[in-house]
Amino acid sequence: MTGTDVIDLGLPLTEKSACSLRAGDVIHLNGPLYTARDAAHQRLMALIEAGEELPIPLEGQVIYYSGPTPAPPGRPIGAAGPTTSYRMDDFAPELYRRGLRGTIGKGNRSAHVRQALRRFGGVYFVAVGGAGALLADRVVAAEVVAYPELGPEAIRRLQVEQFPVIVGYDCVGGTAFVGEKPLT
Amino acid sequence: MRDVDVSRISEAVAELARRSNVELPADVVVALRAARDREESGIAREVLDQLLLNAERADETGLPLCQDTGVAVVFVDLGQDAHLVGGELQAAVDEGVRRGYEEGYLRKSVVRNPLDRSTNTGDNTPAVVHVRVVPGDGVTLHFAPKGGGSENMSALWMLTPAQGRDGVIEAIAAQVGAAAGMPCPPLVLGVGLGGTFELSALLAKRALLRPLGEPSPEPDVAALERDVLAAVNETGVGPMGLGGLTTALAVHVERHPCHIASLPLALNVQCHAARHMTVEL
Repeated sequence: MTGTDVIDLGLPLTEKSACSLRAGDVIHLNGPLYTARDAAHQRLMALIEAGEELPIPLEGQVIYYSGPTPAPPGRPIGAAGPTTSYRMDDFAPELYRRGLRGTIGKGNRSAHVRQALRRFGGVYFVAVGGAGALLADRVVAAEVVAYPELGPEAIRRLQVEQFPVIVGYDCVGGTAFVGEKPLT
Repeated sequence: MRDVDVSRISEAVAELARRSNVELPADVVVALRAARDREESGIAREVLDQLLLNAERADETGLPLCQDTGVAVVFVDLGQDAHLVGGELQAAVDEGVRRGYEEGYLRKSVVRNPLDRSTNTGDNTPAVVHVRVVPGDGVTLHFAPKGGGSENMSALWMLTPAQGRDGVIEAIAAQVGAAAGMPCPPLVLGVGLGGTFELSALLAKRALLRPLGEPSPEPDVAALERDVLAAVNETGVGPMGLGGLTTALAVHVERHPCHIASLPLALNVQCHAARHMTVEL
């Protein structure tokens, strides 16, 4: 879209592909990812605490913090931009510990999340908040895989192509956000 | 006295809900383009390019600009010689919101009980309705869907009179700096200065209705707007908090007289999807 170099990246991620990224890299994601936001995270954590199986795989996967608008006829999904990530900060470290490799949202995150990325080899992507139509355009298929009763907050499996994100935090403690220092 | 059937209000609100969530106002597009041309960093330009492309794609596909299609905030300027007939105003506005959000495939983001998240009202009602009685027999509706991410970063201060102009600028710049990337910058800032506790908040929200970048007609308020904008952009937060020259696109200040002991200041933070649309009945 600009003169900035864009890295094409396949999903799901591996430790190697996740850790090759650096804060500020402009990325196009290709492959599957899962949507989950506040209510779905509460349910996933309750299952983990109860020692039960999760409705989605975590190993190598990327969770997208998004609650889309209803899909109009003929489209896989409605507007699907990111929601603010900090509300999921309490949940993210445990999910990264269990093999999650990436999350996508908007805004800064806690030191705990950044430490988890470094410890477990993960990455945090920033999608452009409010770019709901553009991002929806890059979703080629979507299906609800858990919690349909949550409506926009259900867990969906999306197939994305050329889905534009920017690396916010990388696995070596780097940050793309103004006013933050790299982890030491 | 002119009779206005409230069914016309429902129809107008339904259309405003559908259109305002899809069509980025031209004044916002112009401001985003100017910001894109001004930015020096590759990431800032990338973000602004995506926002401009987003507006194009929304226009072409009919998808909402943002998945957060907001709480429906409706300002009603009601002429004192207009007579509403056929039902209640709030019910008529809610009926419009119900239809617009359903027919427009917009997200329903309102819970009945703030302390119980399982109580989504299912139709995005009730709308937040602010009525102002004005001269004449007209009815003007301003529709401004308000997203949660930016609303959450808003604030209200009861400053001391001694804190004055500098205190106003400092409070706003500090708040925007701390909010960083969370409210989806570049922002539009609505500021209510003076009045009372509750009036300052209402003035701040109403300030967001003004066409983007149109300065206050009062020269000293316009100067304050320029200085707040400069201070906010000096934070370097930039588009999406990833650094750059454009943390805010515009600052609109609405001023009102206040008590000798008080200096109320309200900041309503609006994301770049500064959706607002007006219709006269």
